[in-house]
Amino acid sequence: MKEYDIVIIGGGPAGLAAAISAREEEIENILILEREDKLGGILNQCIHNGFGLHIFKEELTGPEYAKRFIDKVLKLNIPYKLNTMVIDFNRDKIITAVNEEDGLLEIKAKAVVLAMGCRERPRGALNIPGSRCAGILTAGTAQKYVNIKGYLPGKKIVVLGSGDIGLIMARRMTLEGAKVVEVDELLPYSSGLKRNIVQCLNDYNIPLKLSHTVVDIKGKERVEGVTVAQVDENRNIIPGTEEFVSCDTLLLSVGLIPENELTRKANIEISGNTGGPMVDETMETEIPGVFACGNVLHVHDLVDFVTMESMEAGKNAARYVKGMYEKKGEVVELTAGEGVRYTVPVWVHTGNLGDGVDVRFRVSNVYRDKYISVYFDDVRIMHLKKRILTPGEMETIRLKPAFFKDRTDIRKITIKVEGE
Amino acid sequence: MFDITIIGSGVVGCSIARELARYKLDICVLEKESDVACGTTRANSAIIHAGYDAKPGTLKAKLNALGNPMYDKLAEELEFPFRRNGSIVICFSHEEIKGLEKLLDQGRKNGIPGLRIIYKDELMKMEPNLSDEVVAALYAETAGIVCPYEMTIALAENAAENGVEFKLNSRVLNIVKKENFYEIETINEVIKTKMVINAAGVYADEINNMVSKNKIKIIPRRGEYCVFDKSVGDMVKTTVFQLPTALGKGILVAPTIDGNLLVGPNAVDVEDKEDVSTTREGLNEVLRVAKRSVKCIPTDKIITSFAGLRARCTKEDFIIGEADDAENFINAAGIESPGLTSAPAIARMVEGIVIQKLNPEMKKDFNPIRKAIKKFRELTNDERREIIKENPSYGKIVCRCETVTEGEVLEAIRRPLGARTLDAVKRRTRCGMGRCQSGFCSTRIVDILSRELNEPITDITKFGGHSNILVEKNKEGIN
Repeated sequence: MKEYDIVIIGGGPAGLAAAISAREEEIENILILEREDKLGGILNQCIHNGFGLHIFKEELTGPEYAKRFIDKVLKLNIPYKLNTMVIDFNRDKIITAVNEEDGLLEIKAKAVVLAMGCRERPRGALNIPGSRCAGILTAGTAQKYVNIKGYLPGKKIVVLGSGDIGLIMARRMTLEGAKVVEVDELLPYSSGLKRNIVQCLNDYNIPLKLSHTVVDIKGKERVEGVTVAQVDENRNIIPGTEEFVSCDTLLLSVGLIPENELTRKANIEISGNTGGPMVDETMETEIPGVFACGNVLHVHDLVDFVTMESMEAGKNAARYVKGMYEKKGEVVELTAGEGVRYTVPVWVHTGNLGDGVDVRFRVSNVYRDKYISVYFDDVRIMHLKKRILTPGEMETIRLKPAFFKDRTDIRKITIKVEGE
Repeated sequence: MFDITIIGSGVVGCSIARELARYKLDICVLEKESDVACGTTRANSAIIHAGYDAKPGTLKAKLNALGNPMYDKLAEELEFPFRRNGSIVICFSHEEIKGLEKLLDQGRKNGIPGLRIIYKDELMKMEPNLSDEVVAALYAETAGIVCPYEMTIALAENAAENGVEFKLNSRVLNIVKKENFYEIETINEVIKTKMVINAAGVYADEINNMVSKNKIKIIPRRGEYCVFDKSVGDMVKTTVFQLPTALGKGILVAPTIDGNLLVGPNAVDVEDKEDVSTTREGLNEVLRVAKRSVKCIPTDKIITSFAGLRARCTKEDFIIGEADDAENFINAAGIESPGLTSAPAIARMVEGIVIQKLNPEMKKDFNPIRKAIKKFRELTNDERREIIKENPSYGKIVCRCETVTEGEVLEAIRRPLGARTLDAVKRRTRCGMGRCQSGFCSTRIVDILSRELNEPITDITKFGGHSNILVEKNKEGIN
């Protein structure tokens, strides 16, 4: 069995950033395992720009963004294996992977970084009735066909769901010669970024119908149209609002799910709120030496935040391997209070905050002119006015060591949305 | 001139084809779709019934009782997945126990072994996830689960290996009776054959009515199903039925042979023989009824839903035999449930008719063995090492949810009656049947099919016809 200091499962933006930061902490013996035939993950098919505003202060395309990290991995001579699928992983940090050259690989790692990313929710997750003909696919699959292979999966498109990939694909398909009839969103707000609604829909006069969903799909061999209906505040279909929309393709952009099959194989507990493993401020899971970062942990909107989080995970994995890893202070639980769907991390060590720890979270509804508050037990220690809060945009607050000064015996930190 | 032409390549047509492949006969199978197992066989409950349901004395009762025990040998010879998981018919009140007793009595009359009524304590031990309302059940230990399309593909492959000719994409337009033979006009050609066997599923009435004045009518009865993620595949171990109603055996909750959980079907008579759409009402009904059998049906774990059509005949029983007014025209029609269970016995019955009519000689070199595609996910790590060494494409995983390798996909395409479409690859390998429902693997399968078949990528379809996955190159439509 081969042994490595750190094995990183996934060579997308999370895995690359983790690998680089681990190497910068002077860990030599690193291996990245990537299931696709190139590094870079889903960024390779995200040919639109807008990546990197926070880190590079410029607008890169997905492949350009990925290239900056891939180049660095190459320059640092970090070993990686492509076309290599991890099929098993256990609590002893033994990884079983498979590829054509090595056959079956068994690897023992001192530390593991889980960076497997996420996948799209399929039609079944919504149980949309109707035909099962050709022309029904997720936006990400369409993105691969159009951007990587150069072919259109259809010419007259209805998009269900206003997640970012759906919005991006509405624009892309338009530019490549398809007609996007409309985008339907079940919720009364879009789960995509504001800038994508403006730049991908408004600029191309593509209507966004909020509180609308697809209730039936018609077509024998290929989609001939979908029935769209309006829903009430409880997401129930309002009878009489059904309308047939002629199209040859239904693109689904109805949410992303962290891809934690391997995490489950090691019996690591998965959060019902994020779909990812639970971690502390070092991105470490319940198994010492197993870290998680990027979309496998929770779904991000911006790759820059994936990168920052993953640098942290890589650095801590390195420290773990070097035996420099010490978590000082008390363990305090972080809780998503009213109006907040989840927080990452879910635990912090009060003596291990360095310059501060970023807590990322999402709100559960659209809020205007509200406050984000942080409570240490019953004491409010942070109160930030926000003009707008939406579930589509991840929020970050920084817990600073100063907050904990003179406060011992904190049992719980709660983040919530408040009126005043 | 063929000796025998079988119309339809569902489980019945393919069972007959494989049985008759033992004889020195020129046999042809006509199929309107681009693959075998595309009709009722593709979308049903996949249950091998014990045999207590059918009315004693009917063909259904007789052939169910005969068919069920044939499965062990068949599954062994043809290497398709089959397991006797047992079934239970549950009831919700003490009054309903009479209904169970009636079924038990009927089962005994039908000669079904291994039936007994069990009561709450034993029942809950057997199936702890049953709802609290449940009082008792009829337990049938011989009931099983199978993969009906994999079984049918196995039958077809074995028939083809033994000389049966399959003509796919060959819809029958008309049949003309000549003096000593039949002329079958398909969309491609005219075929001469001494004998016709009608195994056309929901179209069996149309085929019969082309030849015989004794008209039959098949009314497709739609059943809708939901399939759940493998993480909840063990919610029940046995197949769980409720007491049957006039419309059928009702809505069951069952594990599938591949490890998913299956819930369905409802029963709605429809006009359109091609319409396998699901409906909101139907799916809701299926889930609502299933929730009475099993507590906490995990609706958030549904990965897909589908509908199938039962080939229900107004005569209420299977129609198997020579048409009275058309010599050498043999019907295997009206094969609704327990058709899958009965299929091997139906084939034997038809074989008997063929022997009587044509008195064919047995082949000496009939090979009853068909090897399944090696499933990477089911191999041990040592076997995996071995197979990748032999064939490196087994080291390339194309479907991450079901752990299917490129090696398996290539074999599915290269075999006799090989896969030509995405759905055909799916039925042979399970590529795309997992929790992402082909989101990741479909792009790869399209590439592999295009490469292997040497066809442009835009010609690759989901299931033939105009079900193309890709329509044109980017910007092709922009002037």
